[in-house]
Amino acid sequence: MIWLLSGIVLTSFAGVPGLFCNRESLRGERLACILTLTGAVCGLIAVALVLNSGGETYLDLPWSIPGGTLALRLDPLAAVFMLPLFLVVATGSVYGLRYWPQRENPGNGRKLRLFYGLISGAIMLVLTARNGMLFLMAWEVMALSGFFLITTEENKEEARRAGYIYLIATHTGTLALFALFAMLDHTSGSLIFPGAGTLPAAGSGLMFLLGLFGFGMKAGLMPLHIWLPGAHAAAPSHASALLSGVMIKTGIYGLVRFTSFFAEIPAWWGWTLLLLGAISGILGVALAIAQHDIKRLLAYHSVENIGIIALGFGLALLGRSYEQPALMILGLSGCLLHVVNHGLFKSLLFLSAGSVIHAVGTREIDQLGGVLKRQPWTGALFLGAAVAISGLPPFNGFISEWLIYLGALQPLKHPTSALGLAVLTAPALALIGALALACFVKVFGIVFLGEARSKAAVQAHEAPLSMLVPMALLLVACAWIGLLPTTLVPLLRGAVENWAGIDGGTMLGGSFAPLGWVSLIGWLLLALLAAVGLWLSRISRKVPRAIGTWGCGFQFSAPRMQYTASSFADFLVRLFHFGLWSERHGGKVTGLLPGVTRFSSHTPDTVLDRVLFPIFLGAAWLCRLLRACIHNGVIAFYLLYIALTVIVLLALFIL
Amino acid sequence: MIIRLILHLALLLLFAPMLNGIIIKTKALFGGRIGAPLLQSYYDLARLWRKGFVFSRTTTWVFLAGPVVGLTVPLLASLLIPFGALPAPISFEGDLILFVYLFALSRFFTVASALDTGSSFEGMGAAREVTFSCLAEPTLLFVLLVLARLSDGLSLDTLLGSHLLTAWHSDAGASLGLILVCLFLVLLVENSRIPFDDPNTHLELTMIHEVMVLDHSGPALGMILYGAALKMMVMGALLVRLAFPWQTGWWLSDALMFLAGLAGLAVLIGVVESIMARLRLPRVPQVLVGTMLLSIFALVLVLR
Amino acid sequence: MMELINPLLLAVILINFYTLGSARLVACIRVVAIQGALLALLPLLSHGMTFHAMLLAAEAFCFKGVVIPWLLLRAIRRVRIRREMEPIVGFVPTLILGVLTTVGAFLFADLLPLAPEHHDGMFVPTALATMFSGFLLLITRRKAITQILGYLMLENGIFIFAVLLSAAMPVMVEAGILLDLLVGVFVMGIVVNQISREFSTINTERLTALKE
Repeated sequence: MIWLLSGIVLTSFAGVPGLFCNRESLRGERLACILTLTGAVCGLIAVALVLNSGGETYLDLPWSIPGGTLALRLDPLAAVFMLPLFLVVATGSVYGLRYWPQRENPGNGRKLRLFYGLISGAIMLVLTARNGMLFLMAWEVMALSGFFLITTEENKEEARRAGYIYLIATHTGTLALFALFAMLDHTSGSLIFPGAGTLPAAGSGLMFLLGLFGFGMKAGLMPLHIWLPGAHAAAPSHASALLSGVMIKTGIYGLVRFTSFFAEIPAWWGWTLLLLGAISGILGVALAIAQHDIKRLLAYHSVENIGIIALGFGLALLGRSYEQPALMILGLSGCLLHVVNHGLFKSLLFLSAGSVIHAVGTREIDQLGGVLKRQPWTGALFLGAAVAISGLPPFNGFISEWLIYLGALQPLKHPTSALGLAVLTAPALALIGALALACFVKVFGIVFLGEARSKAAVQAHEAPLSMLVPMALLLVACAWIGLLPTTLVPLLRGAVENWAGIDGGTMLGGSFAPLGWVSLIGWLLLALLAAVGLWLSRISRKVPRAIGTWGCGFQFSAPRMQYTASSFADFLVRLFHFGLWSERHGGKVTGLLPGVTRFSSHTPDTVLDRVLFPIFLGAAWLCRLLRACIHNGVIAFYLLYIALTVIVLLALFIL
Repeated sequence: MIIRLILHLALLLLFAPMLNGIIIKTKALFGGRIGAPLLQSYYDLARLWRKGFVFSRTTTWVFLAGPVVGLTVPLLASLLIPFGALPAPISFEGDLILFVYLFALSRFFTVASALDTGSSFEGMGAAREVTFSCLAEPTLLFVLLVLARLSDGLSLDTLLGSHLLTAWHSDAGASLGLILVCLFLVLLVENSRIPFDDPNTHLELTMIHEVMVLDHSGPALGMILYGAALKMMVMGALLVRLAFPWQTGWWLSDALMFLAGLAGLAVLIGVVESIMARLRLPRVPQVLVGTMLLSIFALVLVLR
Repeated sequence: MMELINPLLLAVILINFYTLGSARLVACIRVVAIQGALLALLPLLSHGMTFHAMLLAAEAFCFKGVVIPWLLLRAIRRVRIRREMEPIVGFVPTLILGVLTTVGAFLFADLLPLAPEHHDGMFVPTALATMFSGFLLLITRRKAITQILGYLMLENGIFIFAVLLSAAMPVMVEAGILLDLLVGVFVMGIVVNQISREFSTINTERLTALKE
C-alpha cells in the first residue's frame, strides 16, 4: 500500500516544485519529470505486488468527512486500468521535456506540468477509491485538471471554446454521478462501495441510467461525446495522449465497477450498451474519416474505440443476464484488454502526431506529405500504431478485438432466440475495423507518404531521441501484447473474478480462446515478412531512385496534384452522408474551358453542432424573450414583484 | 502433419497462377479467339522475375512493403483454410477472424504502397479499394456467421466440414444458396474482377486494383501478381468447399476434386466476365450493399 | 413437391429485393411477371393437382404472369420511359427498408398464433414480406407504372396467404381482388396516358395539383 500511496503523492505533486523555480530554468521541468517517473515506478511496483500475491491491497483510515472511512483498495480490475496509466504518464512526461520545454513556453509550461501531475494522481485515486465521497472528490480534481490541460494555450480562442464545452459536459456528468452515489448510499446504507454481487437488482434501472449518463459522458459514448474532439485537439499532444488514452477510460472503469455491485443484471443494460457501442463505433470512425485536422481525427477514433470497448462490455453484461459464462468472460476480457490496448496505441499516435506537428507546425493533414523521408523513425512508429489501432495482426489491437469477436460468436452455439441478435456485434465490428483501416491508411498515406504539400512539410526534421524513445517504448508494449498475449491472462483472470466472482482463467488461453495459436501465427507472420522483406530489399538495394512517378503520360506532375485526405475520404463520406451531413461548397465546373473554381468540404460534429447548439440557441432566445418581458424597466412592475414575493413568503410561512 | 503442410503449400503455390490462365482462356473462347496458353501466367511471372526494378524518387521503403505483405499474407492465410476435403494444417477456435484480418493487413499495405508514389491515379484506386472493402467485409462476416451457426465450432476447418452436405438438403439449404451467391460477389470484389473492376483495362480512371500497382516493376510486380493469384485461390477454396462438400476419403482424389472445383470456379468467373459489362462506379456500392442485405437475410433465415 | 416450396418462396423474396433496388422499369415489370408466374406454381405444389388448385394456378398465371405485365409493358412503350429517375426515397435506402421489413416479417411470423402446420414454413413471413415490399414500392416511387407494380406485388402477397388458406377461402374473394386490380390497372393506364399527354411526364406528384 505504501508504494501506491507514494506513487499517488509523487505524481500528484510532481509539478509543484517547478512553481518555485525560475521561469526560464530547466530545473523545474527536470524535477517534475523525475518525480513523475519515480511515482510511476512506485505505482508499478504496487500493481506488480498485487498481481503477484493474487489478492488485493487495501487501506482503511478514519477521517472526519461523513460517509465512512477513507478507503483505498487496489485489485486486479483497477490494476488493468492502472497499467496503461503508468506507461503513458511516464512516457508522456519524458516526451514533454522536448515537446513543451519550459524555455520555449515560459508562460504556460509550469501550469501544464502542475496539472499533468495532478490529473495522473487523481486518476490513480479514482481507480482505487472505495468510498463514494473520496471517489467524487478525486473525480472532480481529475475533471478540473483536465480543463486546465485543455486550456493550456488559453490565448487561443479554439482552446478556450473546447475547454468550456468540456467543463459544461463534465459537470453535467458529475451531477448525474452525485445522484447515483446518493442512491447507492440509500440502497446499501453506506458510501463505502459494496462488494461484487451484493446489491439486489430491484430498482436499479434509474441508477444504471444515471451511471450510464455520468460515466458515458466522461468516456465519450456517442451521443455524449460532444466535448471530446475539440478538447483532444486543443491540448498539447502528450496531454491529449493522457486524456484520450487514460482519462476517458475512467468512465469505463466507473461503469464496470458500478455494475459489479449487483447480484443480477437486467438484460436491457447489455442491449443498451451494445446499441450505444455500435453507434459510437460506426459513427465515430465515419466522423473521423471526414476530419482534416489530425488530432481531431485521432480524437474521433477515441469515440470509435470506446464504442468497441462498450460492445465488449455489453456482451459481458448479456453473459451475466443470460448466465452464459463464456460470453461473459470473453466479452469482459476483450473489453478490458482493449482498454489497455487503446491506452497504448492511442497515446503513441498522439505522441507521434505531436512530433510531426512540432516539426511542421500545422495540424492540417492536407498541408503535410512526404514526412516519412524527413522523420523516418516517427513515421515508422506511427505506422506501427496505425496497424495496431486498425486491429490488424500481429499487434495488440487484434487480440482484444478477436476476444470480443469470439464473445459475439458464442450465442451461435446456444441459440436462445433472445440472445441471437447479439451476433450482429460481429459484423458491426467488421465494419468498424474496415473503416478504421481506411481512415488510418489515409492518415499515414497522406501525412507520411508521397510528396510534401507545403513548404513547412519540406523543412520538417526528425524528433530528438528523448521524444523517440518514449514512443518506441509504447510500440514495444503494443507488440508485446500482440505477440505474447498469454502473459496477460493472469491479469484478466483476476479482473474477471473481481467483476463476476467466476474464475475465467480456464477459458482464456484454453481451447475456448486459444491465444497461444494466435501468437504463433503472429510470430510466423513476422518471420515470413522479415524474410521476404529482407530478401527484396537486398536485391533492390542498388537500384537508384532517379525518376519521377509515372504520371500517365502527363509530364508536369506537381505535389499539389496528389490525392488529398479529403479526396481520399470523399467516397466514404458520401456513403455515410446519412450520419455525417457534411457541408460541401463549390466544386461545380461548367463549360468546356472552366475558369478557376474552389471546392471545400467540412464536417461539423453531428451531435454538438447540428443538434445541441441549435437547441441551446433556441433556449437562449426564449430566455431573452422572457427576460425582456419581466425585466421591462417599469418601476411599478418591480414593486409588484416585491409585493408578490412578500405575499408568497407569507403564504408559505402560514402553511 | 509435415507432409500435409507440404502438400497444402504445394497445391497452393503450383496451381494458383493457373486460375488466371483458365479465366483468360475462357474469355478468349467466348470472344472467338484461341487465346494465350493456359500456362501464360507462369511465363509472365518468370519474365517479371528476370527484370530489374524502377523506383520513383518519391517512394520510400513502404513502397516495397506492399508486395511483401501482399505475398506473405495469402500464404499464411492458406494454412487456416481446408482445401476441399483436405483439412487445414493449422486450425483453432476463432481462426476465421484471423483469416479475415490477415487480408485486411495486406490491404493496408497495398494501399499504403500505392499512396507512397504520390500519384493521384493511385490515390484514386486506393480510395476505391478501401471503400469497397468496407462494404465487402461485413458481408464476409455475415457469411461466416451463417456457416458458424450450422456447425458446432468456430474454426474454418469445422465451419467447412462434411456436415455441409446434409445442411444443403435441410431447411438451411436456402440460406446456403444465398451465401454462396454473396461469397461469389465478395470474391469478385476482393479479387478485382468484372463487374466491379476490370483487370485488363488500360484506362487508369476506371481501374481499382490495377491502378494501385501501376508503379511497381520487376520482381516486385511479380510478387504482387503472384500474391493476387494466391489470394484468389485461397478465397476460392472457401467457395469451392461450400459448393462441393463431398469427400472421398483418399487424399489424391480429394485433391483432384478440389482442383477441378477451382477450375470450374475460374471458368464461371470467365463466363461472368465475358457476358457482363463493368458496373458504373456509383452502382458498385449499391450492389455491395444489396449483397450485404442478402447475407443478413440468410443469417436471419438460419437464426430463426 | 413440398421441398420445392421453400426455394420458390425464396425466389419470390429475392424478386422483391430486386424490384426495390432496381431503376429499370422494363426489368422490374419482367421480374414481377416472373414472380406472378412462380406464384402460380404454388397452389399446385402445396395442394397437389386438385381442381381448385389448378383453377387458382391458371388464373394467377394468366393475370399476374401475362395479362397485366403485358398491359404495363405496352403502356411503357406508349409513354417512352425506361427508368425511375428520381424516387422519393433512394434505391439503397428502399432496399435496406425492404430487407428490414422482411426480417421483421420473419421475426413477427414466429410470434403469430398460427396453426401448428403453418408455423415452420416460410409461407406467412413471405406473404407479409411481399405485401410490405408492395407498400414500400407504392410509398417510395413517383412513376405511376412503378406504383401499379407495387399494387401487383401487394396482391402477390395476398395471393400467398390465399394459397395457405385456399381450402377455407372461397375463390370469390381472390377473383374479386383480381378484378379490383384489373380495373385499377385500366384506370391507371388511362390516367398515365392522360397525365403524360397533359404534363408530358408521368410523375404522380403532379396529381396533387388536381386538388380542389
